[in-house]
Amino acid sequence: MNLSTLTAHELLDLLKNQKTTPQAITESVLKAIQRTDDKIKAYVRVRDQEPGFAPTRGSVPMAHRDLGGLTPAPSQTHLPISIKDNICIRGSPTTCASRILEGFKPSYHATVIERILSAGGLIVGQTNMDEFAFGSSTENSCFGPTRNPWNLDCVPGGSSGGSAAAVAGHEAIWALGSDTGGSIRQPASFCGVVGLKPTYGRVSRYGLIAFASSLDQIGPLTKDVTDSALLLKIIAGHDSRDSTSADVPVPDYTASLVEDVKGLRIGLPKEYFIEGLDREVKEAIEAAIAVLQKKGAIFQEVSLPHTEYAVATYYIVATAEASSNLARFDGVQYGLRCQPKTSRKTALVDMYEETRDAGFGKEAKRRIMLGTYALSSGYYEAYYLRGQKVRTLIKNDFDRVFEECAAILTPTSPTTAFRIGEKIDDPLAMYLSDIYTISANLAGIPAMSVPCGFSQKGLPIGLQILAKPFAEEMIFRIAYAYEQAALWHKRKVSL
Amino acid sequence: MLSQQEGRYIASLSRIHLEEDELEFLARNLTDILHYVEKLRKVDVSEIQPTTHVLPLKNVYRQDAVQPSLSREDVQGMSQHTSRGFFKVPQVLE
Amino acid sequence: MSEFEPVIGLEVHLQLKTATKIFCGCPNRFGEEPNTLVCPVCLGLPGSLPVLNQKALVYAIKIALALNCEINPFIKFDRKNYYYPDLPKGYQISQYDLPVGRGGWVLITLNGDRKKILIKRVHLEEDAGKLIHDSQGGCTLVDYNRTGTPLMEIVSEPDLASSQEAYEYLIALKLTFQYLDVSDCDMEKGSLRVDANISLRKKGDSTLGTKTEIKNMNSFRAVKAALDFEADRQKALLTAGERIVPETRLWDDAKGATQPMRSKEEAHDYRYFPEPDLVPFVVSPETVAQIKNQLPELPAQKKERFLKQYQIPEYDARILIQDKDLAGFFENCSTLYSEIKKVSNWLIGPVLQELNARKLALKDLGLKPRDLVHLIQKVDQEILSNLAAKEALRQMLDTGKTIEALVAEQGLTQISDEAALEAVLDEVIQENENAVRQIRQGKESAMGFLVGQAMRKTAGKANPKKIKEMIKRRFVHG
Repeated sequence: MNLSTLTAHELLDLLKNQKTTPQAITESVLKAIQRTDDKIKAYVRVRDQEPGFAPTRGSVPMAHRDLGGLTPAPSQTHLPISIKDNICIRGSPTTCASRILEGFKPSYHATVIERILSAGGLIVGQTNMDEFAFGSSTENSCFGPTRNPWNLDCVPGGSSGGSAAAVAGHEAIWALGSDTGGSIRQPASFCGVVGLKPTYGRVSRYGLIAFASSLDQIGPLTKDVTDSALLLKIIAGHDSRDSTSADVPVPDYTASLVEDVKGLRIGLPKEYFIEGLDREVKEAIEAAIAVLQKKGAIFQEVSLPHTEYAVATYYIVATAEASSNLARFDGVQYGLRCQPKTSRKTALVDMYEETRDAGFGKEAKRRIMLGTYALSSGYYEAYYLRGQKVRTLIKNDFDRVFEECAAILTPTSPTTAFRIGEKIDDPLAMYLSDIYTISANLAGIPAMSVPCGFSQKGLPIGLQILAKPFAEEMIFRIAYAYEQAALWHKRKVSL
Repeated sequence: MLSQQEGRYIASLSRIHLEEDELEFLARNLTDILHYVEKLRKVDVSEIQPTTHVLPLKNVYRQDAVQPSLSREDVQGMSQHTSRGFFKVPQVLE
Repeated sequence: MSEFEPVIGLEVHLQLKTATKIFCGCPNRFGEEPNTLVCPVCLGLPGSLPVLNQKALVYAIKIALALNCEINPFIKFDRKNYYYPDLPKGYQISQYDLPVGRGGWVLITLNGDRKKILIKRVHLEEDAGKLIHDSQGGCTLVDYNRTGTPLMEIVSEPDLASSQEAYEYLIALKLTFQYLDVSDCDMEKGSLRVDANISLRKKGDSTLGTKTEIKNMNSFRAVKAALDFEADRQKALLTAGERIVPETRLWDDAKGATQPMRSKEEAHDYRYFPEPDLVPFVVSPETVAQIKNQLPELPAQKKERFLKQYQIPEYDARILIQDKDLAGFFENCSTLYSEIKKVSNWLIGPVLQELNARKLALKDLGLKPRDLVHLIQKVDQEILSNLAAKEALRQMLDTGKTIEALVAEQGLTQISDEAALEAVLDEVIQENENAVRQIRQGKESAMGFLVGQAMRKTAGKANPKKIKEMIKRRFVHG
């Protein structure tokens, strides 16, 4: 049996019954990568293939400082996991798929890495992404695009496309991604896997190379909902190194994996079911609604009136924060450093400008400039400040709906995976593909994408479940109930 | 909407050198995006407070106690542009 | 300066002496090997996040209260974005619109007059690294040990009307900070830095002229000199009908002049926006009250109290409070001895002289309050003359011995025995005929001269009062 095609919880069962070993599981994953990653290109770095990439050996936890207060997961996982290339792993190159971080090796682990290692996890590789998480297709990577395992001519989504494709293609048991405007959920939807963006503050951002500080969250990409609950439990929790980390206890999320949705009120925002939504996606969502209704969930139309402003708000607020977060990439202490052949301004300014020209890709430059503009003198009120105010309105929309409903259900993306190259030259079209996912980041609420069908052409379709802050348990409950009834996760890709 | 001059200024403020053709291309992209973003003006935000933090967290501190710093190896290992423990950059005029 | 008057504002940056930096646990120390007190946070490495040092905020509130500011009940941090090699993140975490305190004031005394200098705002921010220019190597070297040191910025209103006022303002500020014990206030080490803004306007005018900013002044004296120079420079330009260029100028101490900066400074667009990695801080009235109660007695308060409680002159009080330890020493003495004006004289005179000569702080002098009191009492008891006592003080400090021991050892006892003194007086009279003649003519000063001669002959041991009496008896009364 090909171990790499199993879920984490199935493998844990096998381990518990001593039917397999952590080494065998890791071997299986590494073999799968060897076999198929030439085609998928989900990975940018794999252990034992990369000189010096050995963040763990065997399954000995390698927390380098006292984790005081952290309790390891009840079941030591001893499973291999794959990490998006914007999460710092001590001693390993961590590049955010950008030339500008060439040669950068953090001397510190991200908090989530420490938690995974202390739970016995094993890092098997780092996955591809859109540079600095700027993108919805993983085409903006300095390493080249990742391909969708369901159709190699299509994008896996982004920016956590590498992690999603690895999980979908059985080149990973489970993976971590990051989500600022949909970067976990949209690739999960395109690749037919489960992707969760936790509540803002649920998971520590320490060691996540920042895109937009008030929107970023790290989250799990997994083969099913059970795995998502297991992985969230390991990585979630308060971190004294992150001032924006919530001091809220982490429940046992697996206790929410019950198939009971009777009487739960689920809202359907009318602003999400409009023109531009793919017919096949719409039909899959409607079928999913029927499944949940049969299980006793009650659906009602709700309104999130400021939905139409979400993309605009996001592209002002997120890029503004990003422009500031990326100012540190200047060649002074680490990474790429360039000097132009002929001097233009002063040698120092030349170094900054040449390094950042050579180091950043087009999308990164676009976003940095847009963000700089939005914050600049004379424009701050009209753009950034206004954007933050509209953000309040978007958040209030959700607060109102959650007074009546336990959750909200929407499509994750208006389309299925598009072809590689299709949208790369039309930034605005690319931005608009985030239309359903962006609001959750602006409001700070948790949201999950769950597979809910396939298009005629065999491309996965995802549905999104949103809940109020720190109500991940509600999401798990609804997602699990749906998953166990519809069984889409049983359909696996064959490469 | 975004003139060449403004584009050049923003690129300079962002410390990114752009050749003329790339500048033109990006300026056009930015103009399109800014055009789209104009719709935000339609929203009535007169009584609305901005959201800087989505969580109602306040007063998060650390205690004034020493934690380990990075080792010399860790710091020197970051760059080849170092000298006697310092980072080196092109001469800065004052 | 006839038709023009200067308008001066000062920005003071103060490094706080917390044990660790403002946003990370690196030690807050000066003078270590470069880049050894750094971590991912203060280096701004990718993925790092700041967490506020609570002590830094407490110190900031103490300073704001001591400067009579209104404490903002809700404060937050903002990013100030610009590029410079000493700024690893490409932005400085500072405060923009909701700083720690606003609307304070400081009292200065100039020529006996009191003036209130208004303080616009005080805020907390992180310090940047240090740049060392290596012209031989054609490069600049960067040391990040200093990045993340907690910094308090104190901005005055343009209330200072002269370089002397600016000087007094700085003295008053520094004294306050020393009393609060929140900083080393050492300009040489960079824990206290001053930038000045100065413009001129016609006397009586209310509109402000174009101002220039002056940096790179390394002492209060330099601040005064730089402001004087710049005022003269601006006056010359304005008198000649020229405009003042609004610019930043650097003070060159060696040349005694300000120079424009070599690099053409573009007006910075700092693109301030609220720091998303730090949550806001609510400073409750209870917290403010608690911190206020913990404040030590501040210089101005102490001075007032000294005047009232000890009835010493303003001059004395002013000097005593300049040094917190000196003021404390004075008060200690007052519990042991009632003629407190004498204590004050001794402290302001001989003791301060010794401190200056030996370049020591009072706590390192080895003098205890009861030692000084005993010394003064010896003079009261006419066992020692004033002069002898001063010499004895020196010996006490040199040897660490008590005055009793020294008097016993060296027979320092003042000679008051008339019989012994008669002999000395005879000699002195014989040797100084001129003075004797003048005394017979009624010149008082000649009497003082003879007393001085007698003191010399006895190596200061003669009781000068007795000698004077004896001279009077011999010459004046018959």
